[in-house]
Amino acid sequence: MTVASTLALILVVLLLSVAAWTVVARQTFAAVVGFVAYGLLLSIAWVALSAVDVALTEAAIGSGLTGVLLIGASARLRVTEAAASPERPGALLRGLGALASAMVAGGIAASVLSLPEPAPTLAPAVAEHLPSIGLGNAVTVVLLAYRGIDTLLESIVVVFALIGVWSLAPDRVWGGYPGPRQYADPNGILAYLGRVLPPIGIIVGVYIFWVGADLPGGKFQGATILAAMWLLGMMAGLADAPPISRTWLRILLVAGPLLFIAIGFAGALTAGAVLAYPDGYAKLLIKVIEAALMPTLTLTLALLVAGRPERTARG
Amino acid sequence: MNDFLLVAAGFLLLTVALGLVRIMRGPGDADRMMSAQLLGTGGVAVLLLVGAAASVPAAIDVALILAVLAAFASVAFVKSASPPESIADKEAGGA
Amino acid sequence: MSFLLDVLTVAAISAGLFFFLAGSIGLLRFPDALSRLHALTKADNVGLGLVMLGLLPRADGLLAALKLVFVWLLVLLASSMVSQLVARVARRGGSPS
Repeated sequence: MTVASTLALILVVLLLSVAAWTVVARQTFAAVVGFVAYGLLLSIAWVALSAVDVALTEAAIGSGLTGVLLIGASARLRVTEAAASPERPGALLRGLGALASAMVAGGIAASVLSLPEPAPTLAPAVAEHLPSIGLGNAVTVVLLAYRGIDTLLESIVVVFALIGVWSLAPDRVWGGYPGPRQYADPNGILAYLGRVLPPIGIIVGVYIFWVGADLPGGKFQGATILAAMWLLGMMAGLADAPPISRTWLRILLVAGPLLFIAIGFAGALTAGAVLAYPDGYAKLLIKVIEAALMPTLTLTLALLVAGRPERTARG
Repeated sequence: MNDFLLVAAGFLLLTVALGLVRIMRGPGDADRMMSAQLLGTGGVAVLLLVGAAASVPAAIDVALILAVLAAFASVAFVKSASPPESIADKEAGGA
Repeated sequence: MSFLLDVLTVAAISAGLFFFLAGSIGLLRFPDALSRLHALTKADNVGLGLVMLGLLPRADGLLAALKLVFVWLLVLLASSMVSQLVARVARRGGSPS
């Protein structure tokens, strides 16, 4: 057995054990820690498979941001967790659920493993046309040039998700500040961390966004880091989410997708199809779209974690 | 040399897996957070080793993101593990 | 010259692995949360530092080497502050000790 396959085996065993433990853990907090650990291991697996863009996204969103979202949820549920335990489904129902999940997983595994070797893929066609776009990162090119419609709709769906979260607000605080007021001792460690780490994190986030043109990275991972740093400032009591009634917030949220749509329709006039780029302008337009989507994504991701409005707007 | 790096990465994964036992057994929330932190730092080391062995220079960027997000997630854990205290409590208790 | 660099890589990474192992065992075997935290931070700082040192000779140029050092410094900064916060949780009663 080669060294590489032994390493892969260790990763697989670890992944399965952590996943299994996350499912059976009794306490929500413990399960969320297990989930974050699982995300970490998964991003290592992606790097081992040379899928670095996916590893970046997994580390940033799958493990970091989603983990924090779940932690917030588990904190809110702590009050009712004890009361809800008599209502847990019985052993038979859970056994049936486990069986159904195992069958689905087995079906997917069987279909992936039974693909012909080499598996059918469009990668050579993409690689062949890469130089005509002018960017070096094939993932960015596929996301914004060949499957631009997917990225456009996804950026709109994310805004809808945010509106959905906001709609959970009670009527009297509609338009107010998201989430409870966070407090931390201004001379304490948490406030210090909240002052020192965000500037470094912002540099890292902008770097990851910038480098995504030719190397693994891009707007989504960069926006996640920026959102995480803003949330860190909020958790340290140094910053606050804006009240959702602010006009500038709403304009920024829709500006990105609107610009994307505008460029897409302009493509119908200049290049013959919606979301087509005229020759020679592809690289510039892609960079403009990515830059325009950054504020939208940062705001959306941060506000999704910040939650629904809970305090009335004071001004 | 590549083989040595991969063996080191595998050994490191097993070592960190030892720490994962603390997530399962740890009698308190602090122990689970510590185990997750070990996994984070170990994960950064494993990423650097695997990236060097497989000639994937972008693995350093993944390690960078991991370091930043691990700190962020740990702060969220800490904030949620301690029950919300009143402002008076905090000022009495000091920094 | 490159043989010496290889020896440095192997030696530094092996030493780093030793510290990680010590940290893990400490995390498992020490009696209470605060001493476990103490063991853990040794793995964090020294273990990662030695592994990073061992990988420096193999970096692709100056920028990659600087990024390696930057990652280590960032982990040092973040984990030192997070350890303080975790210690506070441990002392306040997040664990029975």
